[in-house]
Amino acid sequence: MSEPVLETHDLSVRFGGVLAVNTVSFTLRERELRCLIGPNGAGKSTFFKSITGQIRGAQSNGRVVIRGQDVTGWSTHRIVRLGIGVKTQVPSVLSGLTVEENLWLAARRALGREGVEAAVDAVVSELELGAIARRQVSELAHGQRQLAEIGIVLAGKPWLVLLDEPAAGITTAETERLVAIIRRINRSATLIVVDHDMHFVRMLDSHITVFHQGAILLEGRADHVLTDRSVREVYLGSRAR
Amino acid sequence: MDYAAVVLLEVCYMIAFLALISAGLAIVFGMMRVINLAHGEFVMLGGYATIAASKAGINIYFAMLVIAPVVVGVIGLVVERLIVRFLYGRIIDTMLATWGLSLLLIGLVTLIFGNTAVSVPAPIPGYQVGRYQMGGYNLFVIAIAILLMLGMWLVLRYTRVGLVARGAMQGADVVAALGHNPKTIYMLTFTAGAALSGLAGGVMAPLTGLLPSVGGAYIAKAFITVITGGAAVIAGTLSTSALFGTVNQLVSFASTPVIGEIAMLALALVLLRLMPQGVTGRLFRNST
Amino acid sequence: MSPNFGVGRIRWNWFAAFSALLAALPLVSETHTPTLLAIWALFALSLGLMWGYAGILSFGHAAYFGLGAYTYAIASFNIEESTVPLLLAIVVPALVAAVIGALMFYGRISDVYLGVMTLVVTLILNRFMNATAGDAYRIGNARLGGFNGIPAFPVLNVPGDPSNQIYGTSYYYLVIICLLGAYLIARAILANAFGRVLVGIRENDLRMELNGYNVPAYKTAIFAISAAMAGLAGCLFANWAEIVTPGVFSLGQTAEVLIWVIVGGLGTLIGPMLGAVALGALKVALGYQTTVDNSLVLGIILILMVLLIPRGFAQAFVAARQHFAQSQAQRRRARTHRRRLSLQEADR
Repeated sequence: MSEPVLETHDLSVRFGGVLAVNTVSFTLRERELRCLIGPNGAGKSTFFKSITGQIRGAQSNGRVVIRGQDVTGWSTHRIVRLGIGVKTQVPSVLSGLTVEENLWLAARRALGREGVEAAVDAVVSELELGAIARRQVSELAHGQRQLAEIGIVLAGKPWLVLLDEPAAGITTAETERLVAIIRRINRSATLIVVDHDMHFVRMLDSHITVFHQGAILLEGRADHVLTDRSVREVYLGSRAR
Repeated sequence: MDYAAVVLLEVCYMIAFLALISAGLAIVFGMMRVINLAHGEFVMLGGYATIAASKAGINIYFAMLVIAPVVVGVIGLVVERLIVRFLYGRIIDTMLATWGLSLLLIGLVTLIFGNTAVSVPAPIPGYQVGRYQMGGYNLFVIAIAILLMLGMWLVLRYTRVGLVARGAMQGADVVAALGHNPKTIYMLTFTAGAALSGLAGGVMAPLTGLLPSVGGAYIAKAFITVITGGAAVIAGTLSTSALFGTVNQLVSFASTPVIGEIAMLALALVLLRLMPQGVTGRLFRNST
Repeated sequence: MSPNFGVGRIRWNWFAAFSALLAALPLVSETHTPTLLAIWALFALSLGLMWGYAGILSFGHAAYFGLGAYTYAIASFNIEESTVPLLLAIVVPALVAAVIGALMFYGRISDVYLGVMTLVVTLILNRFMNATAGDAYRIGNARLGGFNGIPAFPVLNVPGDPSNQIYGTSYYYLVIICLLGAYLIARAILANAFGRVLVGIRENDLRMELNGYNVPAYKTAIFAISAAMAGLAGCLFANWAEIVTPGVFSLGQTAEVLIWVIVGGLGTLIGPMLGAVALGALKVALGYQTTVDNSLVLGIILILMVLLIPRGFAQAFVAARQHFAQSQAQRRRARTHRRRLSLQEADR
């Protein structure tokens, strides 16, 4: 069994009266590909935000440990420097700049002056971004922008990749391409993917963690989880069969 | 004991002053996110309208409570039709254009009324509180401020107009869904904001010598009061007016007026730092 | 080839030509007004750098302009020779900005709220300085003077020689050197990775954090650099006017520099400087007569400008530049293509 690279211990996040994440203890191992699913409001994105230091202070409780390092209360940029790439639910890209410039900035911080250009070229060829590399991100179609953001995430050569809804609003063909890309990434990096697209999740065929009302409902292999009765009830309501 | 009463009155007056001069800006910023840098000049125009009307023989209360808001309201309407309505959503351009407007208004008023101070005497005589002579007019200002805040709250809460206005605060599409043209609502809102600024200027007119340049003092205080107040128009303006008014006057009494003003500004800094969404973004979340 | 983030290579021939023009100016005109315009251009440059490239909008940049002016005046009364006061006039505003900036940026303050906080700081300085009349308010040998300000302080001298003070045409040259120097520094910052990170921060704070950049640190740094430049401008202004008054911290002053930057072109370095020169010249010209009121004219110009240039002056400017850059790139590609063709010809 490989080493755990990410652990949370009784992690809770509270917004005013709402407990968005409820004492979640989560473990992720080296080179795993894990999917997080759950209905809207289940706490998946909040969970993501709290492991990357975007939610801190009075609102959160519990610990986050990354490769043995307790990062609870660390600021985002410090946590990310451990080698983590993050794609957010609402795309966060530098819209007024070109794809190339976006990649450059992402790679520059992680790889320094010497490694930047090679890293940018590598991502461009890996994800076939050549046609759009010089275009301004704000001018790209939605699917292209999603792809560009994945490129930005990868440019710094992270060993842990967090993707929040990478399949949102993209075509079937783009989804298949995305699955192939994720598998390629998984050869050298650990991944967590959050998504609603069940077709996409099924294609990934990975270990799945199901969130419900801020807590982990069930964890297990895809075929087991996706046919489980309680999971179907949570998604479709208790009268579904 | 008398001293305490005097201090209390002065504090209430300062709160009323801030609330009055901020009301117009609060409506326009709170509802449309428009930064009207000519707000101070609207207040100034209200003052001039009142003084001009009063000097022409019109009853001063009528001048300040009716003529001033109407005149400035009309000016506001013209400004909205000619300038502001083309710039919704463009914050920097609105700032720039309204700054230009403020300069234009100062220039116009200087041309028409000249650069010497004009004034009109306060219509309410002073009274005694123990050993202290108080300005009676200040009580009137406090009363008007209370009535205004109350009136605004009632309108926003309990009338159809208020409902539509609150909808507009959420977004243009809400207003459209209610069956109203957002553009018309924005026009009316801006006009109302201008009228309120004019009213404030009218009410304040008997208290100071009026110069074309007084707008500058008003805009800074109003701006700070409104922004620190946050999204809720009435609760926000009231809470920050109360806070700032109290601090300003108490510190002024303890030392000098300048220190009082600096204390108020410093408090604003602290508030903005601790509550970046404004007071009503953090506390009083669901108020109007 | 690394992408250029919208900042091209500095065209040295244009720079040299322009510098030569500036150097030759005293031959054809008086230098008193051009000196003032150059000082204002430096002030505008400081704000344009921070706002246009890092996206930090300060409603109170006059605070650092004023601090530079006052620091110089106060220091020059207390220190014989003017070099240290000059340096202090640059460093003090930078330090103050670093403290205030850190307070704001580490507190994740942004947008309008940042603008208001910076405005409040300026107002505090303005109110405070206005009230410092009387002997009680002095720093060393310098009386702060309240709303009358500090007059008759020793102006800048040739370094090392306190009796040799710099006036007139020599002072003009000093100011021009400072302006061009600051411009080159600004260009260097933008060409550097530091400048590119700032541009990234302007576009999306969060993404830059997720890339691992310490965003508040970068913002504080550029805020301090910008304040240093503004402080230098303030110091030069003090020496030009030979008096400093609380007016340097006024609402009017801080609004003016904002307007110069916007009118000139937000998003470029030259734009703000040209805006300052054009509007400054207009202000000076209007100041000489009383028939047409200064405020009125400026107000009308501003309103017309905003309404008639549909996507804002800055956009028009930047768009024109992009178009120019694109046609440059096309010309370059055509040249390369022709060269390749001629090489192929030669090979045959």
